[in-house]
Amino acid sequence: MAVRSHSNSKKAGKLGYSFRRHLHERFIEMLLFVSALVSVVIMIAIVAMLVKESYVFFQHVSILDFLTDKQWTPLFDDAHYGILPLVSGTLVSSLIALVVALPLGTIIAIYLSEFAPFTVREIAKPFLELLGGIPTIVYGYFALLFVTPLLQIIFPELPGFNLLSAGLVMGIMIIPYVSSMTEDAMRAVPMNIREGSYAMGATRFQTAIRVVMPAAFSGIAAAYILGISRAVGETMVVAIAAGMQPNLTWNPMEPAATITAYIVQVSLGDLPHGSIGYQTIFAAGLTLLLITLAFNIIGHILRKRYREIY
Amino acid sequence: MKNKSMSNSELIQYKSEVKDLSFYYGEFNALRNIDMVLHDKQITALIGPSGCGKSTFLRCFNRMHDLYPGNRYQGEIILHPDDVNILSENVDPIEVRMRISMVFQKPNPFPKSIYENVAYGLRVRGIKQRAILDEKVEAALRNAALWDEVKDRIHELAFNLSGGQQQRMCIARALATDPEILLFDEPTSALDPIATASIEELITDLKNKVTILIVTHNMQQAARVSDYTAYMYLGELIEFDVTDTIFIKPKNKQTEDYITGRFG
Repeated sequence: MAVRSHSNSKKAGKLGYSFRRHLHERFIEMLLFVSALVSVVIMIAIVAMLVKESYVFFQHVSILDFLTDKQWTPLFDDAHYGILPLVSGTLVSSLIALVVALPLGTIIAIYLSEFAPFTVREIAKPFLELLGGIPTIVYGYFALLFVTPLLQIIFPELPGFNLLSAGLVMGIMIIPYVSSMTEDAMRAVPMNIREGSYAMGATRFQTAIRVVMPAAFSGIAAAYILGISRAVGETMVVAIAAGMQPNLTWNPMEPAATITAYIVQVSLGDLPHGSIGYQTIFAAGLTLLLITLAFNIIGHILRKRYREIY
Repeated sequence: MKNKSMSNSELIQYKSEVKDLSFYYGEFNALRNIDMVLHDKQITALIGPSGCGKSTFLRCFNRMHDLYPGNRYQGEIILHPDDVNILSENVDPIEVRMRISMVFQKPNPFPKSIYENVAYGLRVRGIKQRAILDEKVEAALRNAALWDEVKDRIHELAFNLSGGQQQRMCIARALATDPEILLFDEPTSALDPIATASIEELITDLKNKVTILIVTHNMQQAARVSDYTAYMYLGELIEFDVTDTIFIKPKNKQTEDYITGRFG
């Protein structure tokens, strides 16, 4: 025992530095852990807040009415609390945005990743990213004051506020997110797989479509999901350009409100805290969260099923 | 008939003739004035120390260098029997790759099923008839000695195969389009000895069906599989002869030093 403790103390002299390093490492680890924890805690707090406030709301309004009533007029005397008009506005504007953003974003990504010469890519990328840096309020006015009048030349009966214009501009706004993430995913595909395709006599386009895109599927799916989430959650463009009247319609040529636009409208008004009108924004917010969550889960399942290892 | 006489009567024996070939990566001169031939339906090995240009040389045959900007060929690679210079600017590299296939250093399966991997070359050539695809895929997998191992899971993802199986699948993929020349770029360097042995056996079996050019850093491999061997050093072709001659009685001192392990 004595011998052992002797050797231990001798070792301790050598291990002293190591011990400090270990402590230092533990400290860093703790710091990183706490930072990671913060985001999780905030997420939980947001969900808890939404659920708690929505619970108050659902004590006054039945979930069945909320989901099936075709009118959303919580601020009128004849109050109706049907979320469907807001959901339809959200889905129509998002769908238009995605019809613009996903194909265009993908085409741009294919071009930049597989076709563009080095110099073109180096110039085009910052411009695209700049497009993503423009404040959304600017896009909103762009839709209202430029795109809508332009569309009115083609469709003279188009109202000043409409889902079409808002959706199109939202699509343009989302393009950089989709194209940039899709391009990153495609460029991460190792060169030897591409060379394998070229060596078989494939053209650049065949290689991009048949080999690179399937190999980058999980990254591309992530880009699409982000695009969808951006469209569903986008606020300013629709609040400004689509009007704020809840309107159960699938026609993009009509004005309508989205969930986000409604929340803005109510949050800006002077509704007393705790009133049923005030509580509606939490129920609407929870609905929005569940919609985006659903898309994320679908995306996750798709990614797991088609995950490519290379 | 294994002497390399250049008389016209024997020209027909050559699948390809390399004439004064130089190659530049930008300013860097990677290949210098190479003259060589590929004997029809024989195996030719390229050996030499790392960086000697053997892979660069191999990749000239299917114009792989065209994929990257700044690369430049000089000289000719004549493909027989139609005597066309495949390095000519008038020749579409895609046409060249339709006739000359390649197997890479690391197995590079596409993110597709085994079937679709092997059928890939046929599909990019526009073949859609199921019967033809089925037949060619099976024939290619049989030629690559893989059919019996994979026939029950041919529609499974190719990534599920072992490394050696993946490489044999890549060989099947290259064979499916009936290439005239098959290029191998160190095809066994990422494989274990057992998988290596099976690939070598396969390459030997493919002789008489297709002309083969193989780059290897393994001299025993060159000695085992090839009929002709070329020794390269610093972008130059030092010696090219029948494999036995290169390994037993090389004419050049440099080749001898490399073969005997005194250098490289």
